[in-house]
Amino acid sequence: MITRRNFCKKTMLLVGGMAVPLAALELFDPKKLLADKSDKDKVRWVFLVDTTKCVGCGFCVKACKIENEVPYDANVTRTWVERYVITKDGATHIDSPKGARDGFETSQIDLGEGKFLDIKKEDISKAFFVPKLCNQCDNPPCVQVCPVGATYQTEDGVVLVDRSWCIGCGYCIMGCPYGVRFFHPVYRVAEKCNFCYHRITKGMKTACVDACAFGARQIGNLKNPDDPVTKIIMTERVNVLKEEYGTKPQVFYLGLTKEVK
Amino acid sequence: MKNHVWRPLYVALLVVAAILVLRKVLVPADFGVGKRGYMYGWHRAGNEADWKAVKVKYRSAEYCKECHRDKYDDIKASPHANIDCENCHGPALGHPADPPTLTIDRNRELCARCHFYLPYKTSGRGSIRGINPATHHPEAECVMCHYPHNPKLEGRK
Repeated sequence: MITRRNFCKKTMLLVGGMAVPLAALELFDPKKLLADKSDKDKVRWVFLVDTTKCVGCGFCVKACKIENEVPYDANVTRTWVERYVITKDGATHIDSPKGARDGFETSQIDLGEGKFLDIKKEDISKAFFVPKLCNQCDNPPCVQVCPVGATYQTEDGVVLVDRSWCIGCGYCIMGCPYGVRFFHPVYRVAEKCNFCYHRITKGMKTACVDACAFGARQIGNLKNPDDPVTKIIMTERVNVLKEEYGTKPQVFYLGLTKEVK
Repeated sequence: MKNHVWRPLYVALLVVAAILVLRKVLVPADFGVGKRGYMYGWHRAGNEADWKAVKVKYRSAEYCKECHRDKYDDIKASPHANIDCENCHGPALGHPADPPTLTIDRNRELCARCHFYLPYKTSGRGSIRGINPATHHPEAECVMCHYPHNPKLEGRK
């Protein structure tokens, strides 16, 4: 016969036991840690953007759209270039007409809805271009929110979307703090930059890296200490976007300023 | 226990069994936890191969060099050395088999991507030799006067 006191005790014990996460019981395995450090064949794809070199030509956007079969005239793109014009009164003006697919064809800032803003040459305190693409985060929030397991991270760090399994719910598009995901107008599934996975796995560079004539875009393997990109990331003053979100983005930027969002 | 207690239980068990069978049929066999663990790695393993199989369209200058060595050397010795052939000539795809010819983009807008002067001294754009396309010979194609493979040789075509 169970007493009321006994029942309460056992219930609390059970609830307490269930509250302990499974991860807390996992002991770390020294062998596993050693393997991570010593395995030189391992790959972790990372990207390096030098904003001081970008001139806003948009060849990267054009090449990406054709290479990855993103409908050319639809206003969606896997990568884009933003123009930042900061005037002497402290205001920041940002635009990216068609994602800069055709570059920047006017000195006016595109405000959307057919409106343009003229900025006089002498009012500019600084102006520059910032290419954007998927950050292939170490903690990708877009993957966590997928209810069906259609998006995932590969061993080499690239986040992919399974087109045959995606149900098009759009949670991942909402979940990405960088706004890099969109609906593919043809396949009707979530779409994103995947560092040209079909090229990098063949030893080629991404289409945007090849198209960039100024060396503003580079791709590398963070697990290879001799990789020129890894050397820059380890020794120079690189920054990432929206670090405060805890996503651990793996696209590193040279020459970021506080105005860049 | 009485029959009226067991009967709904049988129904519930049947529903659970049906869901399990349906799951077995619908979920592909290669679904599983990948190298990145359950939270980030749960996926259909075959999809990685699907992405690797995407066709390469931009074959890069190294591919063009195999046949067009003269043009390759020409541009590599010019200020345009870093511009990839396919930026202007379009993606090579299966050229020369398919397509046999590539469409060259001779639009003024193509050159203006870099050479439309923008007064952005704090970016690389401000130091590129630039013009205003609206006033600089708006009626002509750039290549009528400028040789794109080596812009230093003006007037050669």
